[in-house]
Amino acid sequence: MKLYLKIWRQKDASAPGKIVDYTLDGVEGDMSFLEMLDILNEDLISKGEEPVEFDHDCREGICGTCSLQINGEPHGPDRLVTTCQLHMRKFNDGDTIVIEPFRAKAFPVIKDLIVDRSAFDRIQQAGGYISVNTSGNTIDANTIPINKYDADEAMDAATCIGCGACVAACKNASAMLFTSAKVSQFALLPQGQVEATERVQNMVRQMDLEGFGNCTNTGACEVECPKGISLTNIARMNREYLAATCKG
Amino acid sequence: MGILDSKIPSGPLANKWTKHKNDINLVNPANKRNIDIIVVGTGLAGGAAAATLAELGYNVKTFCYQDSPRRAHSIAAQGGINAAKNYQGDGDSNYRLFYDTIKGGDYRSREGNVYRLAEVSGNIIDQCVAQGVPFAREYGGMLDNRSFGGVLVSRTFYAKGQTGQQLLLGAYAAMNRQINRGKIQAFNRHEMMDLVLVDGKARGIIARDLVSGEIERHSAHAVVLATGGYGNVFFLSTNAMGSNVMAAWRAHRKGAFFANPCFTQIHPTCIPVSGDHQSKLTLMSESLRNDGRIWVPKKKEDAIAIREGKLKPTELSEEDRDYYLERRYPAFGNLVPRDVASRAAKERCDAGFGVNKTGEAVFLDFASAIERYGKEKALTSGLKNPDKATITKLGEEVVEAKYGNLFQMYEKIVDQNPYKTPMMIYPAVHYTMGGLWVDYNLQTTIPGCYSAGEANFSDHGANRLGASALMQGLADGYFVLPYTIGDYLSDDIRTGAIPTDTKEFEEAEQQVRDRMEKLTSGSGIHSVDYYHKKLGKIMWNKCGMARNEKELKEAIEEISALRKDFWENVKVPGSIDSKNQELEKAGRVADFLELGELFAKDALHRNESCGGHFREEYQTEEGEALRDDKNFKYVAAWEYKGEPKDAALHKEDLVYENIELKTRSYK
Repeated sequence: MKLYLKIWRQKDASAPGKIVDYTLDGVEGDMSFLEMLDILNEDLISKGEEPVEFDHDCREGICGTCSLQINGEPHGPDRLVTTCQLHMRKFNDGDTIVIEPFRAKAFPVIKDLIVDRSAFDRIQQAGGYISVNTSGNTIDANTIPINKYDADEAMDAATCIGCGACVAACKNASAMLFTSAKVSQFALLPQGQVEATERVQNMVRQMDLEGFGNCTNTGACEVECPKGISLTNIARMNREYLAATCKG
Repeated sequence: MGILDSKIPSGPLANKWTKHKNDINLVNPANKRNIDIIVVGTGLAGGAAAATLAELGYNVKTFCYQDSPRRAHSIAAQGGINAAKNYQGDGDSNYRLFYDTIKGGDYRSREGNVYRLAEVSGNIIDQCVAQGVPFAREYGGMLDNRSFGGVLVSRTFYAKGQTGQQLLLGAYAAMNRQINRGKIQAFNRHEMMDLVLVDGKARGIIARDLVSGEIERHSAHAVVLATGGYGNVFFLSTNAMGSNVMAAWRAHRKGAFFANPCFTQIHPTCIPVSGDHQSKLTLMSESLRNDGRIWVPKKKEDAIAIREGKLKPTELSEEDRDYYLERRYPAFGNLVPRDVASRAAKERCDAGFGVNKTGEAVFLDFASAIERYGKEKALTSGLKNPDKATITKLGEEVVEAKYGNLFQMYEKIVDQNPYKTPMMIYPAVHYTMGGLWVDYNLQTTIPGCYSAGEANFSDHGANRLGASALMQGLADGYFVLPYTIGDYLSDDIRTGAIPTDTKEFEEAEQQVRDRMEKLTSGSGIHSVDYYHKKLGKIMWNKCGMARNEKELKEAIEEISALRKDFWENVKVPGSIDSKNQELEKAGRVADFLELGELFAKDALHRNESCGGHFREEYQTEEGEALRDDKNFKYVAAWEYKGEPKDAALHKEDLVYENIELKTRSYK
């Protein structure tokens, strides 16, 4: 199929960016979206132009490196997939596709389609862990039985890949879904109870410091999340936060 | 021989590690504050090592090319992690895990290292649970297990199909705790360009900030390389796009021996190649072989009809199917080790029984598992005389709970519903057992340069068992390195900070700059990917699942010629002092072009078949691998001497005091 691409090009963080038009022929349905961009780049290199830079790594939907706002949607039109798993069979011959970086104040553009998501790292550094030493001198793993439903729910929250689609989908660029998934994983497990109060307070404080917006419960994040992280996590984090505030 | 000292402690096998820990030198807590350690790579091995070393009090700097440590490719491991906990009461023990690993590796790994791995395995699970890793549990609240290939017990712990992700997030969380304390400085989007030696010791690295393009000098008292494997030398593999051999290869060029490069794992269950545009291959976890049955049609005409789309696999009756693993290996069936399963698939496809358009795929079928689980579920739910549709529905729910994310991934890529029609799979490059040679302390042949995880060669011999990579990465990082590195650093308590304004750093930096200048000054005919794909084709066709002398010799010549062509004609647009993904790729491919040749040379010299290394000249009448313990019971460690073809071979004889060498049989 033949595609008309409108791609955001930006030399570096300080340079102004703009949409540039490209036409690409010979795209097949079995290609992934990133493989389509690979072909475009091969074409640009052969013409002596600079290729379009975009973030990607595992190309199997788990590392969370790939991003891209495709026709206004993070990770494109398909549901429950990252851009690397989006296949061109979702598009038709003659389609125009607009490709932009994730847009948020807390995710500044580095180059072309690459953004800086280190704000997510800092939120987790603020408390997204259990303070146990890694020396191995702990109790036997089966000493504390954990209800299967709680363990499964913690696992569901923990499957967040930290890609930032929730932020890009939100009109307020809020990071509540991401932060709440991290808080929930620990809130649902007995191991997480000891530091629960400080954890939620510190992580929410850092989230606000990074310049993410507030949550207004539109639910766009949940719709666009490639891993299906549930809005319930936000409710749980709000409850944790309220409880922590009451405790002081 | 002679110059390779594995430093395996003396004494009985089960006491070696304890004895060693008691014998080696320690660094007191106050002195640790004056010692710097660089950790390159932040996957399971690097992340775990960085967190633990920082927690002990050392000043740690981590480097990763990804934008966050949490994105290292350990994250993609699906199935699970082994540990000899014997929670299932099925007769597991440290010895059994040790024995299975040595046997699975086809008797090409060290007894001492592997026993230590088995010994610390149980503690890894305790550690991870304490960190909040949400492993799968049974209804009673205890941890659940499943089985992996090459073993007869259930010792694999898992977190759905995302075990690697959860373990990595655990190590990353431990790192975050230390970053928050200021004990780890994390340099993300940074690539190690070279290792710096001062007076023969590893004392730092030259790194490139991948955003600004700036070249930086970083010094330390020791350098840990935990940068993963080199499977991407094949271009198409299950590795991440950025996975590369640069750090290990730079160290090799500076004096670290490279061991057993030809020991590469071709994983049997991956999604088959669909076309030339393909950039990477996707693994379908080995855990699927717990429930999936592998087959091809018995009759060639049926295989042809399926390939042409005239026949559906579900229409083929049981009698017309050849469950070839169950037929050839009745004892282990679909759960034979990976090398055996891969070769068996290749054998059937080469014989003309392949089932996709290219003829390079076999079926992985869940129909019988769905029926079995459905009946069980109906029974436990109190349903009497359920109809077939109900059983199928219930069975599909159970299968979804176990492997849902894998099935979804398959459907997105292939556009077929694996609940309704069997999956198509084919072997793909997945893991490299070879790597930097290290002694029992995980130290390379360069003093002060350590290597952990997939980047070293140590524990898996010629073939790795499923769910053992995660075990080894975390064992090295959490429990081995933090002890052994202290023995070396105890001599450095009075050294003080290592200056970077010395001629050693200056020279190394200049070499890095010169190399990048050279990469960007090619005549500009072909892109980096053009060369990488060509190299991958040579590797896959001539150094892949089956190798022979003639083709290996051809491969050496072809790779050497391709490397020359690359340096003369590669086209790298953009500048060296800004963000430039093509330049990053070019540096990595340049090293693959050297490693590939050494790989072929190693495969050519090893005149035997063992594990993942299958030489067509050395096989039994039944087509099984024919090992030669008399002549090849050693680790091949290669010393850099300029061109890869000039590399010098050093042999470390493998001594078996506790295990009797046998022909591996899974029949």
